[in-house]
Amino acid sequence: MMDKLIFGRYIPGDSLIHNMDPRAKLMTSFYFIGIIFLCNNWQSYLLMFTFTVAVIVLSKVSIKFFIRGVKPLIWLILFTVILQVLFTTGGREYFRFGIIAITELGLMNGAFIFCRFVLIIFMSTLLTLTTPPLALSDAIEYLLRPLKVVRFPAHEVSLMLSIALRFVPTLMDETEKIMNAQRARGVDFGEGNLAQRMKAIVPLLIPLFVSSFNRAEDLAIAMEARGYQGGEGRTKYRVLHWQGRDTLAVLIYALLTVALVYLRY
Amino acid sequence: MKPIIEIDHISFKYQEDQAVSALNDISFSINQGEWVAIIGHNGSGKSTLAKTINGLILPSEGKVTVGGLELNEANVWDIRKKIGMVFQNPDNQFVGSTVEDDVAFGLENQGVPREEMVKRVNNALEKVRMSEFKTKEPARLSGGQKQRVAIAGVVALSPDVIILDEATSMLDPKGRLEVISTIQQLKEEKNLTVISITHDIDEAANANRVLVMKAGELVQEGTPEEIFSAGEKLVAMGLDLPFPEKLKIELTDLGIDVPATYMSEEGMVNWLWTSVLNK
Repeated sequence: MMDKLIFGRYIPGDSLIHNMDPRAKLMTSFYFIGIIFLCNNWQSYLLMFTFTVAVIVLSKVSIKFFIRGVKPLIWLILFTVILQVLFTTGGREYFRFGIIAITELGLMNGAFIFCRFVLIIFMSTLLTLTTPPLALSDAIEYLLRPLKVVRFPAHEVSLMLSIALRFVPTLMDETEKIMNAQRARGVDFGEGNLAQRMKAIVPLLIPLFVSSFNRAEDLAIAMEARGYQGGEGRTKYRVLHWQGRDTLAVLIYALLTVALVYLRY
Repeated sequence: MKPIIEIDHISFKYQEDQAVSALNDISFSINQGEWVAIIGHNGSGKSTLAKTINGLILPSEGKVTVGGLELNEANVWDIRKKIGMVFQNPDNQFVGSTVEDDVAFGLENQGVPREEMVKRVNNALEKVRMSEFKTKEPARLSGGQKQRVAIAGVVALSPDVIILDEATSMLDPKGRLEVISTIQQLKEEKNLTVISITHDIDEAANANRVLVMKAGELVQEGTPEEIFSAGEKLVAMGLDLPFPEKLKIELTDLGIDVPATYMSEEGMVNWLWTSVLNK
């Protein structure tokens, strides 16, 4: 089960991308999603694709992880692309049946949407593959800090986030264990019609919830026993270092934006 | 020697209207540098007792004194600094995303400056022989390794007392031995006081003193030798016998005359080979 899920996983490594400041990575990844909407012609998509591939190569992470990241979403992507292709009209018309029409503009839009999806998934997969979850939650805590002015609980949110991330593999293991235990007792997962399938989930979901409650209680006690009193007066073991390469990354993104704006108009 | 922990007539009920109390009028004291094992069957109140010692539970009656401080809501955090606890489930007490983060968690809570934190984390990991796993995630560690990390987290805080709340009960025999020997070593080095709450009779046999609990009450107290020579009475309390005691019972059944006093495994071996030679 762990192997199938690429999203949110971290692949340890030592590369330029791995060693970047998580704040820089997080901000630029979000920024990337923003500027991809600037693209409106094939030149700009080509530029973005080249950029993304260059970054992936720099990260030294095997491309198959990215392909596997796209796989679970492929039906959603295809569905959106097909809708675009069938219902966008404009340009030369190749086929028409009632309101459904395949046109030049429709095909182009479909291809663009496909590229947009894939690029966004690649970039966000890259972020999680090269950044340890804790570094990510450190970055989020740092970036949320200004919101303290409006009483936003930045420390609590980042603590919850880091605990949630830390327990993902543990809960996955447990899910698998419960599934196998229930299978051994004759529960059929993934068989029968929708109602039957839903019913089969219950003997998985309830033990999982109950054990999560127990875990939460154990963890809270263990944290308290180790002197956790909330965010006040804590020091941090992990410190974030903003280095030259992070500034460079921001500059490259600025250049990229300029280029995209130029290609658009 | 002056006692580091004094428990004075404490009682506790989880719910006020509950008929049976989890702890009933318990008193004992523990000296600095002692290894005390608390044994008893499931639901005898061992874990509840452990939680009252560092204020995770406040007793409804009686008082707890740790290192001269009487436990109350005002100084509970000072008392927790003196006591390190290792719990049963290795997964559920692992707060950090990696080994080093987990060890640092307690230090972060105390506001230790970063340079010192790095030093203490490294030292603690070396003590439990987990340095090479520093950047590993919990999902990649075995149960015994996770418990050693939990111990490192406690060691980094350099407490006076370590409480092992069934810390080895979810481990395999190898992991159990590892954890116990690590604790033993630390105890020698730092003159720690160890309170181990356990089902494991071999772990209890290592202690200086054993407290036996039954249904929320402290029913017996003595050296492992005294407690384990009770034989059948231990079994009646839902406890297991150490291996030499089991062997003695089997030998007595075969009509062989064995000394009634408790013997460790080594003592048993010595007695066996000398007894054959004497014949």
